[in-house]
Amino acid sequence: MKLELRGITKRFGSLVANDDISVVVRPGEIHALLGENGAGKSTLMNVLYGLYAPDGGQILIDDAPVSFDGPGDAVAAGIGMVHQHFMLVPVFTVAESVALGYEPTKALGILDLDAARARVREISERFGFHIDPDAVIEDLPVGVQQRVEIIKALSRDAEVLILDEPTAVLTPQETDELIAIMKQLKARGTSIVFITHKLREVRAVADEITVIRRGRVVGQASPESTESELAGLMVGREVRLSTDKGHAEPGPETFAVQNLTVVDKAGSTVVDDISFGVRAGEILCIAGVQGNGQTELAQAIIGLVEPLAGSIVLEGAELTGRTVKQRLDAGIGFVPEDRTEDGLVASFSIRENMILDQYDRPPYASGLALRPTVIRDAAEAKVEEFDIRLTSIDDPISTLSGGNQQKVVLSRELGRPLRLFIASQPTRGLDVGSVEFVHKRVIAERGRGVPCIIVSTELDEVLNLADRIAVMYKGRIVGIVPAGTPRDAVGLMMAGVPESEALARVADGSAATMISEAAEEDLP
Amino acid sequence: MNAQPAGPGSASGPAPAQDQAVEARPAAGQLPRPAGPGRGATVLEQIFSGTVWVPIGSILLALLAGGVLIAAADPQVQATLGYFFARPSDFFGVAWQTVSEAYSALFRGAIFDWQADTFVRMIRPLTESLVSATPLILTGLGIALGFRSGLFNIGGQGQVILGAMFAGFFGYAIGLPPIVHFLFALLMGAVGGAIWAGIAGVLKARTGANEVIVTIMLNSIAGYLLLYLLKQSWFTQTGSTNPASRTIYETAQLPLLLPPPFRLHAGFLVAILATIVVWWLLERSTVGFELRAVGENARAARTAGVSVSRATILAMVIAGTLSGLGGATTVLGTEHKLSGGIAGSIGFDAITVALLGRSRPLGVFFAGLLFGAFKAGGYLMQSQTGTPIDIVLVVQSIIVLLIAAPPLVRTIFWPLIKARRLVPGQDRGGAEGDTGVGTRAGASGAEGTAAGRGPVSTGASGTDSEGTGQADEDSTGTKGER
Repeated sequence: MKLELRGITKRFGSLVANDDISVVVRPGEIHALLGENGAGKSTLMNVLYGLYAPDGGQILIDDAPVSFDGPGDAVAAGIGMVHQHFMLVPVFTVAESVALGYEPTKALGILDLDAARARVREISERFGFHIDPDAVIEDLPVGVQQRVEIIKALSRDAEVLILDEPTAVLTPQETDELIAIMKQLKARGTSIVFITHKLREVRAVADEITVIRRGRVVGQASPESTESELAGLMVGREVRLSTDKGHAEPGPETFAVQNLTVVDKAGSTVVDDISFGVRAGEILCIAGVQGNGQTELAQAIIGLVEPLAGSIVLEGAELTGRTVKQRLDAGIGFVPEDRTEDGLVASFSIRENMILDQYDRPPYASGLALRPTVIRDAAEAKVEEFDIRLTSIDDPISTLSGGNQQKVVLSRELGRPLRLFIASQPTRGLDVGSVEFVHKRVIAERGRGVPCIIVSTELDEVLNLADRIAVMYKGRIVGIVPAGTPRDAVGLMMAGVPESEALARVADGSAATMISEAAEEDLP
Repeated sequence: MNAQPAGPGSASGPAPAQDQAVEARPAAGQLPRPAGPGRGATVLEQIFSGTVWVPIGSILLALLAGGVLIAAADPQVQATLGYFFARPSDFFGVAWQTVSEAYSALFRGAIFDWQADTFVRMIRPLTESLVSATPLILTGLGIALGFRSGLFNIGGQGQVILGAMFAGFFGYAIGLPPIVHFLFALLMGAVGGAIWAGIAGVLKARTGANEVIVTIMLNSIAGYLLLYLLKQSWFTQTGSTNPASRTIYETAQLPLLLPPPFRLHAGFLVAILATIVVWWLLERSTVGFELRAVGENARAARTAGVSVSRATILAMVIAGTLSGLGGATTVLGTEHKLSGGIAGSIGFDAITVALLGRSRPLGVFFAGLLFGAFKAGGYLMQSQTGTPIDIVLVVQSIIVLLIAAPPLVRTIFWPLIKARRLVPGQDRGGAEGDTGVGTRAGASGAEGTAAGRGPVSTGASGTDSEGTGQADEDSTGTKGER
């Protein structure tokens, strides 16, 4: 099946999300749509999937124009979609999930689960997925849940499969397995539209690359292009993918965590007897797949959760038992993982968000009274210093893009002398340009002799920033390795493989992934 | 605020630029990523995010509905209905006459009575409206401050009763020099309200008890406590068995601002002062910053080092202080003694006032004036035209209903807006675009709702439960912190 989008335009009010976009997906092709967050990739796919009606342009299947009034029409036409956030019911079994919405029925409308099971088995065998139709969704790892979504699409005879940011939730090894699946699907004639902003993956798997920027197609690229070429197209200017961070000159260890254990509300141990130290002027990255206790570790350090046991010592002073405010006063700068939920008050103005954790101390307040002029001047200065793009500091922060919102958080947390800097996922959802900026600021903070802890699930970020890498798996630190440790070794450790074994497997070549191979080619 | 419903009227308002900016911008930011879960507006935000015209539209609609009821309840109008098809003009004539007479009586009773024989009598209604408005403004400010801090303080009534009780008791039970006495009595009223609200605040902060339920229960307790005390002779200090207290000393009475027969007293100045203080507190003080941060996003406030439990208690205590003052001005300014019905329905009307005023101090002030006018005008309307005073209650209730459902008001006024919008062609395109998305997402069923920005009802109800869950989580969180 040949799929063509011709001149698709989609407007939301004055915002043009898709401006005359044309893409041709040939049968059996893996077509990557590459673009930054907010470039309009998802809007385009929602148009294709029948969720939005385009304001202009046509969708053609095998050169015949079609129009979709909803996802049902798109599915009937052979288009399947795997959303970034899976659309699965946690308590359903795999067979039930696959049957949902298109339930096979016996006489009298009785659900024919056997038919659904058989279908799951058949597809799963065809592609070697090894999925038990009776497994319950919530018990399955994320990578397997994604396969269930793929099976669901394939069971509706999808000939074009849209994968929307499919690797965001996967470990490097799982990503590799997904890439193998994509290649297998391609070999059997299924076309794949692969939406991503990750350059490595595109180069590892795509046949054709369409780069989208600000709602327009800015170019076609071949998988042979280098990463910096692709990044340049995507951002519209030359970008440096790795930040030159120079040599660390670490001082004494000023921050230490000893035998820290955190138990969540449900009573399960999320941080399990962790110990590590950070030296002044050093960046320690905490790597790991989402949900392995990194979030809780960061929260315990700032005081949002009280640990069950263990100690947290900053410059000789014990932090456990102190309030968040006391810890902030002790000189901790904290960038929370979820900036919209924890870092910002959406309806507050930019100016107010810039003093969110400083509002009650000089120079922003004298006694009970806020000092509007001081606050305003400081905000204007920060806008200048952090290059925040905005109309007015009086606008609600929700009017800013994610990158600029994050800059507001950073300007607040880095805008005072620190003794410890912790950032959780500081670049999540940011475009390449903003990522570069954030990394520079973190490195500058290191240069001031501040111990920095960066929690990140993005392996690229970890390898780029870290002076040392602590890998977390199921609440424990699998190992702390120096910068320069092979990518695949860190990847294996993220899946719980001990440090020595991971290094050995990398050494004998059994752990090489396609993604890192693609990266190797870039090296001189 | 950033997930305004994509209903027919959402991206529109007749004018105010602020509304459009707030609604349109976040939408623009979100739209390129429609698959993301829409960060919803809480019910409170839904209610407060519109502009001034939603309340005004609600008032107009409510008066219209009230007019229909006035006509329907009138025997003469009913009689003309009997031969409606023979002479419809009779029906419309009589109905118009009845309604306009009732409303003009309402106006004369509330603002200016041009039919009165002396000048003093002509302008007395306005001062009476201000007298009625005083406790409504004070208590409304308390409720509004709670709303802004993320608290549904339904306990205005109980706090008013306690305020009246304390102020009244210290007004007649002890003797103090002039000026000092009424100031002291006012202060005691504030303390009484603060204690009562503080109970709810402490319970919520320490145990996570839902403040809605606690304050409602405290209302009942306050009512019965007052009735009990009014039977105790040590409290009433009267020999009689009447459930009423002694009259307060003259020194405890709030000074009159105009000579009798005007009843306008210094309590109105207290209300003006309180409006300014609450504005300063919310917009210009660190305390207000803290309270608003907790109200808008408790998680972010906690991450920023704010003690959510402290903020909760503080918000309730300040709210109680204001409500207590509302009760105190009633007893010290107009009633001059305690009785079982001292608080009337001030505590409940104040919730309406806070909603109508969109929880903004100035808005509450004007909403209080309006409701004060309704109250004062209702009496004249009943006595002169025989229209039941309950109509006023109905109008007030409809206002609340409409305010709580801004999309409904928007839908009703939609044709009007559309007509105005047709002039600037650019805007019209935007509005239609939005409508398209809304209907489309609705049409595509569950999947559409999940992926796109869903229709109005889904967004609202979904975020409602989210909001409650979050509140609970926060209170347990703070408990763990200790």
